[in-house]
Amino acid sequence: MIPAAFEYVRPDSVEEAVSALRQAGEDAKVIGGGQSLVPMLRLRLALPTTLVDLGRIEELRGVRDDGDAIVIGAMTTHHDVLGDALVQRYAPLVAQATETVGDRQVRNLGTFGGSLAHADPAGDLPAVAVALDAQMVVAGSSGRRTVPAADFFVDYLTTVLEPDELLAEVRVPKLDGWGVHYEKFHQTAQAWAIVGVAAAVRRSNGSIAEARVGLTNVASVPVRGRAVEAALAGGEASAGAIASAAEQAGEGTSPSTDLTGSAEYRQHLSRVLTRRAVSAAAGL
Amino acid sequence: MTNISVTVDGVRYDDDVEPRTLLVQYLRERLGKVGTVVGCDTSNCGACTVLLDGRGVKSCSLLAAQSDGHVVTTVEGLVPTGEDGALHPVQRAFHEQHALQCGFCTPGMMMAACDLLADNPDPSDEEIREGLEGNLCRCTGYQNIVRAVSAAAAELRSARGAAPSTPEGVASA
Ligand code: FES
Ligand code: FES
Repeated sequence: MIPAAFEYVRPDSVEEAVSALRQAGEDAKVIGGGQSLVPMLRLRLALPTTLVDLGRIEELRGVRDDGDAIVIGAMTTHHDVLGDALVQRYAPLVAQATETVGDRQVRNLGTFGGSLAHADPAGDLPAVAVALDAQMVVAGSSGRRTVPAADFFVDYLTTVLEPDELLAEVRVPKLDGWGVHYEKFHQTAQAWAIVGVAAAVRRSNGSIAEARVGLTNVASVPVRGRAVEAALAGGEASAGAIASAAEQAGEGTSPSTDLTGSAEYRQHLSRVLTRRAVSAAAGL
Repeated sequence: MTNISVTVDGVRYDDDVEPRTLLVQYLRERLGKVGTVVGCDTSNCGACTVLLDGRGVKSCSLLAAQSDGHVVTTVEGLVPTGEDGALHPVQRAFHEQHALQCGFCTPGMMMAACDLLADNPDPSDEEIREGLEGNLCRCTGYQNIVRAVSAAAAELRSARGAAPSTPEGVASA
């Protein structure tokens, strides 16, 4: 249970962190709260040569208001995200999904940016970021760039981050007047989602004006439920209409089979959980 | 080697550690704080829970280096040193409610309970179960653990001078 040896650096600023990453080369790894990484180090599933610890970089912590979006610092812990008034007001879907991450201890140390950059398809936050059209602000040797969440996740545990880049903050567009819900299906407390569905719905009177759907753990990356969204838009906000739109939830998914469920079962869950998540978000 | 400066159970330590040292290893092997135990290899059991700046964390899941500049409280520091034999209200409640059998999960359970009660001084049984989801007990079936946390919460509330809540089933006048 002891990690293999590595070099360890504790930069005080994003610039120092980026230059440490550049010097350390390909096999360096960034550590945020370490709640995904330290277990992997212990099992020697990750063997970085250098760890760059972002724990001292104050500018990466906290949430701020930025006009039509809120900006969540990558090193903001799940605990602090949950307690944040801006998140509660403008991004309650983030709060709902965050509440289901790991357990209290994990949420006390684990970070918002870490969960996204780790890019585990079973993680809860990537699907939320994709559903909300979040913008990932990436810092690297040549300055900052912004990547839409939909393009950030490349494959299992893989993002667009280059070896000398880190996720600095995430812009989450404000959703005012939307109903939201994160529906997660798992077997035991603190287990990963077998499937999860993030939904946001804007109603106008008896119909659904717009909907956003993101799915957790149904492919190697989070999946945006475009077909479901199209089927919902402009339709009735009724149980029947939502159930029939949710039938499309398997589109674009390519779930894997593992001990917690077969690919077929995951597609079934995608439909059922999409129906539940959208219904709850629509206030039905 | 990385230099760390960390306060553990009220004592400040300046030490050089290998970066790969886990906090739990540092506590047990360097400082002799063997009250904090390791129960698993998968970050599931919570037996290793300690407080980092007052919040529950799994000491097997962070590096000792990550605790640099922070304050760690282990089960051995729940009662200030010098008060030998005295018990913290959470410890007393676990004893009185018989919230343990083999006792292996107990240090972590108590530290997780302290974390929970700091956030929520009057949790329902449901909230206690949710709050302790990061801690596994293979013996008790959890019933008495929930009772103990509830009893400790009541004692801590009255010690703080908060008005006691109306007991269940007793109508307030
Ligand atoms: S020993 Fe830390 S969670 Fe089990
Ligand atoms: S008392 Fe034995 S594991 Fe909890």
